[in-house]
Amino acid sequence: MPTLPESRSGRQKVWIYFLPLSVLLLLVLVFYFGLGLNPRLVPSPLIGQPVPEFSLPRLENTDNVFMQSTLHKEVSLLNIWATWCVSCRQEHPTLMKIAASDEAPVYGLLYKDEPANATQWLQSRGDPYRANAVDADGRVAIEWGVYGTPETFVIDAQGIIRHKHVGPMNWDDWETVILPLIRSLKEHDGGRTDGDDKA
Amino acid sequence: MMAAGLTAMTRLRVLLILLVSFSAAAQIVDFPFESREQETRYRELSEQLRCLVCQNQSLADSNADLAQDLRTELYEQVVEGKSDEHILSFMTARYGEFILYKPRFSVNTVLLWSIPFILLLTGIVSLVRFSRLRREAEWTAPGEQQLKRIRELLEGETREK
Repeated sequence: MPTLPESRSGRQKVWIYFLPLSVLLLLVLVFYFGLGLNPRLVPSPLIGQPVPEFSLPRLENTDNVFMQSTLHKEVSLLNIWATWCVSCRQEHPTLMKIAASDEAPVYGLLYKDEPANATQWLQSRGDPYRANAVDADGRVAIEWGVYGTPETFVIDAQGIIRHKHVGPMNWDDWETVILPLIRSLKEHDGGRTDGDDKA
Repeated sequence: MMAAGLTAMTRLRVLLILLVSFSAAAQIVDFPFESREQETRYRELSEQLRCLVCQNQSLADSNADLAQDLRTELYEQVVEGKSDEHILSFMTARYGEFILYKPRFSVNTVLLWSIPFILLLTGIVSLVRFSRLRREAEWTAPGEQQLKRIRELLEGETREK
């Protein structure tokens, strides 16, 4: 059998045969991690921003207004919910436990729903909220960049949005992400806790 | 036989009706515009914005509740005479760059925007290099050693015959 003469540059160019393989491996890695991400999680540009200006009637007493300054007193949670939202039903027990833990008050923003439905829901299932704002037409939710229910914002004592949780919160989310964040926000903020003083 | 034919026909009809009604439902709300220009701007902007609920549809195409609300918001701002820039930054301030189908050039999108050009450049450079290598290979005469080897091979082949 005749053998072909070895080309001069053959030796040096061996790496070129591994190039397609390494490109493929790189792509596999990118896709492996990329496909593991949740495309529904859209990062909020509001993180680090002050809470948007708004003024809405309160569910508990429609003569009272719920506005951005309501959220300026202490580290708190704002939960966007509705009675027609199935995931909110799933999230409700977690909110009850969070409210019972007394770590931070939970405020609610009732999204595109009837106040009567909400009142009935809270009476029959339990009420985790300190107060609720009624956003009947969903316009304030747009200010908050809400694109689905439930969503939960963590707001610090200065009224700066620190975190947004999209979708129903479970106890694990609370213990591993939200509670540690609330504790560190409280630590950095020292004195201002649970004060009844209105800003 | 006859009945089977009819049901197939009926099925086809139902399917057609469904198809037609779905595409009609996508365009339910029509806003009253003061001018042709406003309407064109509204249409163009609603096609540039993504529906965050269905993600692969624009605001113009989507039937989602939120898309409807955002269309109303968009309509009002267009009629108020807000600039495109104002409207787009209103949307991105609330929903992030993701709401734009065409992401803006920024630190985060440098790679996204520059990769096509980088690839094109790499392609051109390697094309030039490879063709130069090839030309070199064609033009170098075989050395003493190679000629000897070639002769040996040729002789070997004739002997085998």
